[in-house]
Formats: sequence, structure tokens, C-alpha cells
Amino acid sequence: MAKIVVDPITRIEGHLRIEAEVSGGRITDAWSSATMFRGIEKILKGRDPRDAWFWTQRFCGVCTTVHSMASIRAVENALKIKIPPNAELIRNIIMGIQNVQDHVIHFYHLHALDWVDITSGLKADPAKTAALAASLSEWPKNSPTYFKAVQDKVKAFVASGRLGPFANAYWGHPAYKLPPEANLMATAHYLEALEWQKDVIKIHAILGSKNPHPQTFLVGGMSIPVDPDSQNALNADKLMEIKRLLKKAQDFVEQVYIPDLLAVASFYKEWAGIGEGVGNYLCYGEFPDAAGNLWLPAGIILKKDISKVLPVDQGKIAEYVDHSWFENSKGTGKGLHPWEGETEVSYTGPKAPYEHLDTDKKYSFVKSPRYEEMPMEVGPLARVLVAYASGHKETKAIVDLVLGKLGVGAEALFSTLGRTAARGVDCLLIARQTPKFLDELIGNIAKGDLRIHANEKWDPSEWPSEAKGYGWHEAPRGGLGHWIKIKDQKIENYQAVVPSTWNASPRDAKGQRGPYEAALVGTPMADPNKPLEILRTIHSFDPCLACAVHVVDANGNEMVKVKVS
Amino acid sequence: MSKRTTEESLHDVENAPVQHEHSIGRMLQERGVSRRDFLKFCSAMTAAMALPASFAPKVAQALDEVKRPTLVWLEMQSCTGDSEALLRSANPTVGEIVLDILSVDYHETIMAAAGHQAEEALDKTIAAFKGKYICVIEGSIATKDSGVYGSTGGKSHLDRARQVAGGALATIAVGTCASYGGIAAAVPNPTGAVGVKEAVPGATVINLPGCPVNADNLTATIVHYLVFGKIPALDSHGRPLFAYGKRIHDNCERRPHFDAGQYVEHWGDDGHRKGFCLYKMGCKGPATFHNCPSQRYNEKTSWPVASGHPCAGCSEPNFWDTMSPMYKRLPNVPGFGIEHTADKIGLGLAAGAAAAFAVHGALNALRKDKEPSDESKEG
Repeated sequence: MAKIVVDPITRIEGHLRIEAEVSGGRITDAWSSATMFRGIEKILKGRDPRDAWFWTQRFCGVCTTVHSMASIRAVENALKIKIPPNAELIRNIIMGIQNVQDHVIHFYHLHALDWVDITSGLKADPAKTAALAASLSEWPKNSPTYFKAVQDKVKAFVASGRLGPFANAYWGHPAYKLPPEANLMATAHYLEALEWQKDVIKIHAILGSKNPHPQTFLVGGMSIPVDPDSQNALNADKLMEIKRLLKKAQDFVEQVYIPDLLAVASFYKEWAGIGEGVGNYLCYGEFPDAAGNLWLPAGIILKKDISKVLPVDQGKIAEYVDHSWFENSKGTGKGLHPWEGETEVSYTGPKAPYEHLDTDKKYSFVKSPRYEEMPMEVGPLARVLVAYASGHKETKAIVDLVLGKLGVGAEALFSTLGRTAARGVDCLLIARQTPKFLDELIGNIAKGDLRIHANEKWDPSEWPSEAKGYGWHEAPRGGLGHWIKIKDQKIENYQAVVPSTWNASPRDAKGQRGPYEAALVGTPMADPNKPLEILRTIHSFDPCLACAVHVVDANGNEMVKVKVS
Repeated sequence: MSKRTTEESLHDVENAPVQHEHSIGRMLQERGVSRRDFLKFCSAMTAAMALPASFAPKVAQALDEVKRPTLVWLEMQSCTGDSEALLRSANPTVGEIVLDILSVDYHETIMAAAGHQAEEALDKTIAAFKGKYICVIEGSIATKDSGVYGSTGGKSHLDRARQVAGGALATIAVGTCASYGGIAAAVPNPTGAVGVKEAVPGATVINLPGCPVNADNLTATIVHYLVFGKIPALDSHGRPLFAYGKRIHDNCERRPHFDAGQYVEHWGDDGHRKGFCLYKMGCKGPATFHNCPSQRYNEKTSWPVASGHPCAGCSEPNFWDTMSPMYKRLPNVPGFGIEHTADKIGLGLAAGAAAAFAVHGALNALRKDKEPSDESKEG
């Protein structure tokens, strides 16, 4: 049996390696391995809990706000801090645009080339392309002249003989199904989205100085001051700029992303029967209002049964390391709750350079989180399924519309195509909701409420000697949780169980595959030397590996205390 | 220093006759970028390099003569934040960088090929352009236990760095991790993370620290090389003086409030809303060298201090240890008031801090005071 290796998996965040067995033109087994480790949680021990957001933000520079959010929520949960309404709304806007921008980048720049053959677009008729685009959307740029200009640009680029990042790819692969006109349309929008994403994310710069890595989060609130009468604070001018950018974001999602997604999906419907995965879904819920009610509901769906949504209990989460390069003093087969983690990195893989990992033993720097010992998928699909099954009105309307347009039933969601479609649904929902958070913020400021921070517990001398808490967040890639223990005003223990830890996890003690591994089984492979189909299913999860890899160390060495004074 | 305006300079070169085949200027023209837009780009680059506006024609002329140079971009122990910064680049945009200005032959985050096909593209490029390509490295390099904490394509990151940076014309370390080890190298540095220069001592390395790098500084560094045929002048930490030659505190828009003794005392208080100095909230601007106040981020929209948050000192070596806790004010800064200059504060900083531990950033601040550099002056 042929064992194929894809390393690096490109067009993702981080370092991911897939090994797969192929037989009879299909994948019969697969292993997911993360090949990079930093140990930031170990570095966090002994530091100021108020700084943790800034450190954990560096878990990931793509979903660049999400660890900050989970971190400040964990500390606020531990210290029982309630933040002012303006801070909650500003956070919602930051999360909203992060999600929308991230999903569009994923679709066009990380995922599209799995479905779109750029070179085929060179043969397209620009007028027919414009007609196709006009039948899908009223986007004003979609003219014959526009598509002709894009085609000419791509032609000139190809003629230069230097294909740069598009060299050596899978152009002409038999699994590409789009007609030339659809390929040209998607290529044009690939380039357009590249411009769009840098504009709309300026919202992060307005509210938080820059993106990536906005610098605006505070335990207890946000650091962007609010004052309509100051030029150094969030004032009418800046609020209107945010409004304009949110409109720009929503227009592009409604008129370009969603029509393109539906058009591409309609040519690849067989992928609604491929890439199912583990069939269990976890969502923490998101977008709290002032009373703490979540706009998108939390819940768990087991075995694809959308007639039941179970509540989430953080006590039922545990991480296993039986196939991960860590040690566990409690012994093999034992899972540890994030607060109680005591894991030490211990690489036992092959010496580089190597051809294959020993997948019977330990083979990844990602641990295996399980919920009541079950592997769970997190992400837009989990979020949309939980909302759909919970009867969330806006979600139900969009999901039914998408399923109707594609002429498929709800069972099609449990697939590679379903995952990619759910990301579009999620994006559209949030693109429409985020302007409402801005309106609420403006209304609140109009009432004279300028508070952005709960100051009472900023000074660590106001804290109890010991505290512990957790913070949940629905990141673009799914359910993210941070767990913190604080002792004597310092971090005693810190643990993050992130979306790609769930999804990229290796096998657990029972030998149960993680979601990537399970989803790959059964995937067809037209040519094992050109792993296009593997990329389709893996990219449908939107992997983000840097944050998936981490270590907890409750019994580690006392770290050297280094401080400014 | 020339008094000519940028517009006048642009006018001079609009009729510039030389446009070599396959040059960057020609490529842009063929892609439908107008000559005028190209010249605006040249003038933005000139400003980013802290050169007088009169240099814009020279920049344009030089770019008309170079073909797309080859660039390969490696990810090590990174968060991909520097790649994302590149995606937010506006002048030029990432589309122009990838399609027109450079030939980006390897970049894991954007390239279409994966696995063997990706590695083959890298191998071919570094063989065909040996000694001529630019290498960019993002993320620190794990050296502990023979480098087992980072591998791609079955090869350790340490070996990849030696091979690819070793054969490059020059290597640009983007971000603080690639420059000095960054967050992974913070105490207790579990993986033995180091920056590129330490991992590959023989390589020619330009450090562009910052968390993440300011993409404008990256493109300006490349353009600097294309225009002048040599790498920019560097400080003792390997950073280009055009971007890291001045202390944040000295260029800060809130400096008058510092001098006047007007400080933010609590988040959201009257001073915070009015844009007072963030020194007491932990600002590390007095010990940090970077062009954030002038270059800003996301098309000059903002930078940390402008959004009400203290500078974290992210462009200084070892800032994760030496500048934390983040909200603790810098020590032993001499009394406040208009008569106290930043130089005195720099001296006090180093003297006070060096007793307890080595503050590289502050020591560097002291060193800079004694070595004023012409390159760092604005036109």
C-alpha cells in the first residue's frame, strides 16, 4: 500500500504534515502531524496575568485577535470582573470584522486554488465571463472590460516566464471542473479580495492601532478611549469610518463571496459526499450583549443528530498525549483537564531529515483534546449546525437558502463542501450583524456613556491570593478556550485548547482519529503524486497550526524572574 | 537639503526615457498600472526610506532598470503575523509585490503547490539563483536538541535556514522572532529559539524587528537594495537606520504632554480621552527604537500610542523579558518637566536598569545617543 506524504501543507497558517495510505484510488487511512513547537504557555508561567493577552496573541498572527479575547475573558472570569457595555460592543466589532475578513481570505487566497484553475481562465471569453457574473450578482465591477483587463494581466505574468507562487502547482489536474469563464471570474475576485481585505481590516487599526496584532485589549475593558469631543478618542469621525468599512465588508460578502461560493460549489457537488469527519460538533457561542446573552448559541451535536443540541460543560474537556510528543506523569491513556495539565514536551520522532513518521507511536506536537472522550469538530460548520439546530432564525434562513440554491439537503453539510459552504454562511451572518453592534455602540455613546474599562480590579493588590477561570471565544476557526490559574498575582498555570488542536489532533488513547484524519478517509485521489484532493479536505477546515501546539507545565522548573524593576 | 516638492520630482522623471524590457516599471505598465501611479509608489518608498523627496527620480530610474528579483520566504517558529503584515501592505500592495515587483518563488502561506511540488520549487530556485536571491525568514529557529522542535518537509528548520539563508544574496529577518528569537526565546526558552543571525552566523542578515514587522519597512528595505545596490546602513542590532534610527519617545505625537507633565492615570480617564502621555501606564517608547510614530500601520491609520495603549517595546531585542510587565512603568526616569530631555531619560534608564539586569534596549538607547547618524536624519 502506498503511503504518501504532503509536507508542507501550504496555504494554511503553520506547519502541518499529512501522511496517508492510498489504495484503489482512495485514501484508506491518514495521520495529521504538527511539526513545530514553541512552548509559550510554559514561558507564561510566573508572569503578570494582565499581560497574558499580549503573549497569547502571538499564538497566531492570522486569527490575530482571538487569543487576546479568550485570554482577557479567562482573567476576567477568574477575577469576577464585569466590563462596561462600550468595551463589550467594541470587542464584538473587532471579533466580527476579524471573522468576516478571515473567512474571505480563506476562501480566495487559501482555499480557492483547490477548485479554481487559474490557467484555464486564460482561455475564457471575457464577455461570457461578465454574463456569467451578471447572472449571479449585481457587483458593479463585473464588466467585460474588467475581466479582459484581469485576463491580460495574468497573460503578461505567465508570459514573463516567472510564475512565482503559482509555479509547479496542479494546473490541468483532472479534478478541476470549472469552465474557463468561472475560473477567470474567480481569479479576478482573488485579486480583488486581496485589495479588499487590507481595507476592511483598518477597523482594527482604528479601534486598536494596527493589524495584525492589534494593541488595544485590557483585562477589564479596552484601551481605545471613547469621547465624541476629543480628537484622540473614538469620535464621530472614526465611528463613521468604521461604518463605511463595515458596509464595504458586507457588500463584498453579499455580492462577490457568496455568489462565487455558490457558483463554485455547484460544479463540485460530489464533494458533499466526501470528507465527513468525526460527526461530533462543539460550539461555545459568541457575541454577548450587555446582559451576557449570546447572539450565536453554544452547544454540542453528537453523531450528526441535529434534532438534539446538548449544553457544553467545560469540566468534560480533557487532553490526551498518547500519540503526541509529550509526557504524562499520570500514565498512558489518561486525559487531563486544562486546569490540571502537567505535560512535558518529549520529542521521540525520527531524526531529520526523515521520510516517514512512526505513526503507530507518537507523531505530532498537537495534543488530542476530547469531550467526554469523544473527538469533536469545531469551526464555522459546528457554529452553523448548532445555531441551525437551535432554531436561530437568521442562521436557519441563510442555511435553507444555500441548500436550496445547491439543491441539496441538510445532510450535505457533513462534508468537505458543507464545511466550505458553512464558512460562507457564518461570514454572511456576521457581516450583517456587526453593523448592529456599531449602531448600539453609537447609541450608548450618545447617551453619554464613555466608560471603556472597569478600573476596580486593575491593581493586583485587589485580587484574591488564588483564583482560576476560563475564557471561551468562537474564533473564525472555531471554539477556543483559555484556562488560567492565578496565584499571588502571577500566572501559576495557563492552558489553551484551540480550534486546530481539536481539528488537527492525532489519535487518542483509544485510537480514535482526529477530525482531519477521519475526514480524509475515503477521499478519492486521481493521482497520488498530486495531492489536490487532500488539500481540498484539509483546507476546508482552515488549519491554523501555530496556536494548536502548546504545552502546560504545572511542575516545571522555577523560571528566572526577569522584570523591569 | 532640496526644497523641491515630490510633485516636482515626479514631473522630472515622467518623461524618463529608459524602460528596460521586463523591468519592474515595464511590468507595472503592462499590468495597467499608470506611470504616474508607479512614480507615486517610488515617492512613497523614498519617504519610507527616510530619504529626501529629491531622491524619488533616482528610485524610479533604478526600478526601471531592475528585473523582478527572486525572493523566497521561509516560515520557522512563527505565528504568520509577518506574512499577514505583508498582505496588508499598501504601497506597493501585496498583489503588486507578488505579480510585478518580485518573483516570490516560495511562500508557504500563499503558494499554490504543496508537499513535494512546493519543496521542488524551492530547491530549483535556490539552485538556479544561488547567491542572487533574497531570502526572507519569519519566526525564530529552534536549536535545542538538534532542532527537533521545528521541521518542514522532513527537514529541520535549522538545516533549512543554513541551506537557504546560506546561499542567499542577503537574508531579511522579518519580525522580532526571526531577528532575535522573540517570544519563543523568552525565559525559559524551552526550544533554544534564536534569530537568523545566531543560527546562521555566516549569512548577510538585515533585521526588521517589530511584532509584527511593519510591511512598509520590508518593502523599503528591498527597494533600498534595488536602488542603491547595497544593503542599508544598520545599527548595532542589525536594524536599518532609516527605520530604527530614532527613539519612539523622541518622535511621539504625545511628547509635549510628557514634557508638560500631563499623564494618563487610569484607563478611560480625562487624560486618556484627551490623548495625554502613556508613560505612567507602562509605555516603553523611551527605550524603543522604531519609526512607528511616523510610518504607522495599515496605510498610516494608527499605531499603538495613538489608539490609547502604551508602546510595548516590540522592536527591541529580548523585549519580552526586559520590557515586561507591560503595564509597569520604566524605572528611574528622572523627574518630569519640560527641561528634562529624552537623552537624560535614556541615561537614567540604562543606569537604573543595568544594575538589576541587562536591558539591551536601554543600553542600545544610550549607545545611540553617542553615535548620531546622518542616515537617520530626515530630509
